[in-house]
Amino acid sequence: MGFILISLIILIGIASYFLGNLRAKNLRTSNQKNLKSLSHYYGYYVALWAVVPALLILLMITSFKSFFIEQYVLSDFIALGSYTETELSLLFTQIENTALGIKLFDENTILINGAVNKLNYINKTSENLTYVTVLGLSGLLVLYSLFNINNKLNSRKIVEKFLLVLYFTCSLVAIMTTVGIIFSLLYETLRFFSQVPITDFLFGLNWSPQRVFVREAGDLDTRDLANAFGAVPLFAGTFLIALIAMCVSVPVGLLTAIYMSEYASPKVRDWAKPIIEILAGIPTVVYGFFAALTVAPLVRDIGQGAGLTVSSESALAAGFVMGIMIIPFISSLSDDVIKSVPQSLREGSYAMGATKRETIVKVLLPAALPGIVGSFLLAVSRAIGETMIVVMAAGLNAKLTANPLDAATTITTQIVVILIGDQEFDSPKTQSAFALGLTLFVVTLALNFIALQVVKKYTERYD
Amino acid sequence: MKSIKIKADNLNVYYGEKQALFDVSMYMEEKQVTALIGPSGCGKSTFIRCLNRMNDVIDICKVQGKIEIDGNDIYAPDMQVEQLRERVGMVFQKPNPFPKSIFENVAYGPRIHGIAEHKSDLEEIVVNSLKKAALFDEVKDRLNDAGTGLSGGQQQRLCIARAISVNPDIILMDEPCSALDPIATARIEELMGELKTEYTIIIVTHSMQQAARVSSRTGFFHLGKLVEVDKTETIFSNPSDQRTQDYITGRFG
Repeated sequence: MGFILISLIILIGIASYFLGNLRAKNLRTSNQKNLKSLSHYYGYYVALWAVVPALLILLMITSFKSFFIEQYVLSDFIALGSYTETELSLLFTQIENTALGIKLFDENTILINGAVNKLNYINKTSENLTYVTVLGLSGLLVLYSLFNINNKLNSRKIVEKFLLVLYFTCSLVAIMTTVGIIFSLLYETLRFFSQVPITDFLFGLNWSPQRVFVREAGDLDTRDLANAFGAVPLFAGTFLIALIAMCVSVPVGLLTAIYMSEYASPKVRDWAKPIIEILAGIPTVVYGFFAALTVAPLVRDIGQGAGLTVSSESALAAGFVMGIMIIPFISSLSDDVIKSVPQSLREGSYAMGATKRETIVKVLLPAALPGIVGSFLLAVSRAIGETMIVVMAAGLNAKLTANPLDAATTITTQIVVILIGDQEFDSPKTQSAFALGLTLFVVTLALNFIALQVVKKYTERYD
Repeated sequence: MKSIKIKADNLNVYYGEKQALFDVSMYMEEKQVTALIGPSGCGKSTFIRCLNRMNDVIDICKVQGKIEIDGNDIYAPDMQVEQLRERVGMVFQKPNPFPKSIFENVAYGPRIHGIAEHKSDLEEIVVNSLKKAALFDEVKDRLNDAGTGLSGGQQQRLCIARAISVNPDIILMDEPCSALDPIATARIEELMGELKTEYTIIIVTHSMQQAARVSSRTGFFHLGKLVEVDKTETIFSNPSDQRTQDYITGRFG
C-alpha cells in the first residue's frame, strides 16, 4: 500500500509542478502581472505543497496506526481487565495469526473470532482512510497554493527556505545518529559498571569474561566479576600492536612522502601516488589473509631460525601488516603538507647554498612538522580501531605481555569475540563489550580531536 | 673604471619551448650597485636568477651562453652549485624567513657551510650580520623569537642578514622592496648604500626612482633583450635607445 500511495503522491507532485508553472505563465501574459519570481519557482512551490505535508501525514499515520489498531482490536479483552500487558501483546499476535489462518489455541474462541473480524475490518478501513486523508490533503493544498500565486508571493524565497530546512534536517540525521550511538553506549556501559566496578575494569590485570558463564547467574559474586573483567591486557595488546604498526608506517610513510613531494618527477608521481593510495582501499579482511597466511608464518619461521619461540599468531605479524595498511594515511597527508610549504622557503634555502637534503631536513620538515604529526595521530587512531587483521593474525588470547612475538589481543577483537554467537543482553559479559567500545570511542575521539587541532594550527601558519 | 666582477656573454635562456632571454651580454662592476629595470616579464628576474644558478631548480629551464664571476665560468661542469651560492647570496621579492628563531635564521648558512667552529664564533657571525643588516638594535633582546613574527621590512632585513652571514662576494636582490611600505623601502635603500662598500650588489627593481637612487649602472630589459646598459645618469638623462626613453618617461610599462 505504501508504495502505491507514495508513487501517487510523487505523481501529484510532478503534475502540480507543471500546473503551478503554467498558472504563473498565464498570469504573467494575461494580466500583465509582475510576478516576483520566475515561473518555474511557482511550479516548485506548488509541488512542495503537494508532496511535503502529505508525506509527513503519511509518516505520522504509519507510526501511530499499529498502536491504535491494537487498542481497538483488544478493546474487549482490555474491558475484561484481567490481562497483563505482556499477555495482551501475546493475544494480539495470536489474533493476527488467526487472521492469517494460522490457528494455535482454542481458548476464548468467541472473543478471538470477534477480534479477528474487528482486525480485518479495521485494517481495510484504515487503509482506505489513509488513502483518502493523504491524497485529499495533497489535492487541497495544491488548489490552495495554486490560488495563492499572485504578484505578492515570492516563491523563490520560499523554495530557498525549504531547501535550507532540508539541508539542516539532513545534517541533523548524522548528528543525531552520533548522539544516539553515544547514548546507547553510555547506557549499556553504566549498566555494566553497576555490576563491575569501573576501577576493576580499568586497572584489572585479568581478562577472561568466559568464566562468568560457568556459574549460575544468581551465583555471581563481585570479586569473581572483577577478576574476569580487567581490561589492562587488552589496552596493553592494543597499544603494543598499534606501536608496532607505527614503527612500520611512520618511517616508510614519511620517507615515501618526502620522495613523492620533493624528488619524484611529475611522471612518477602520476602513477605512483594512486597505487599507494590503493593500499588504503584494500578491504581489511584481505590484509587479514595476508597477515595470517603469509606474514605470521614468515615471522614464525624467521624467529625459529633465530632460536626464538614464536607463537604462530603473533602481535608482530598483525602489527606489521597493520603498519603497511596505514602507510597511505601518513604518506598521502604528509605529502600534501610538505608540498604546501611555500616554494619561497625552498628557494631561500637553496639560495643559501643548501643541498636538497639539507633543505628538506632543516627547513621543510620543521615547517611541516605540525601537519606531519597530525597525520601520525590520524594513523594511530586508525590502528587502534582496526579489528580484522588482529582477529586473523594476532590471536584472541588476552595475555598481558610486552613480547611482540607472543599472541596478543586488542579491544576491538575482544568486542567481536564477545558479541559473536547467541547472547543474553543483560549478562555482564555482553555489556562489557559496550564498556570496551566506549573506551575505544573516547580514545579515538581524543586522538582525532588532537590531530585536527594540530592540523588546523598548521594551516593558519602561512596566511 | 672599476674592476669587472661578473660578465655575461651571449646568454640565452629557454623555459621549455619559450625563449625568455635573447643574447644578453653585460658586465657588472665590483663593489657597485647595478640595477636592472624593465616592464614585467621582460626577463630581468630570469637574468638575475642565472647568476646564482637558481634556475637549476626549474626542470624545464635551459641556459645557453656563458657567465663568468671573477673569470670563472659558473656553468662549467666542475662548478659546485652550493659553493657558488655561498659566494652569491640572494634576497627575494617577498621576505621569506624560515619558520625558525631570528638567531637560527641567520645561523642557517654558517651551519650548513661549516663556517663557525665554536658556538661563540657562530654568535659573533649572527650578531655581526644582524648589525650589518641594520636589524640588530631592533631584535637584540629577542633573538630566540620567531623570524616570521617580525614586520615585513624587518623580515626583509633579516633575509639580508641571512644572505650576508656566509660572507658572500655578491648579493642579488630580486625586487627586494616591492612588498614593503615606503619607510621600510627607504631603510633598505640606505642599507644598500652601506653594503656596497663590501659587496657587489645586483638589484632588479620595478621602480625607476629606486634604480636612480641606489645604482651606479643600470640595464634596461625589454621583451627578453637587454636594450641598453650604461651609467645610471646616462640612462635616465640621455638614453641612446628610443625604447628606453619611452619607458623611463612613462610612455609604456
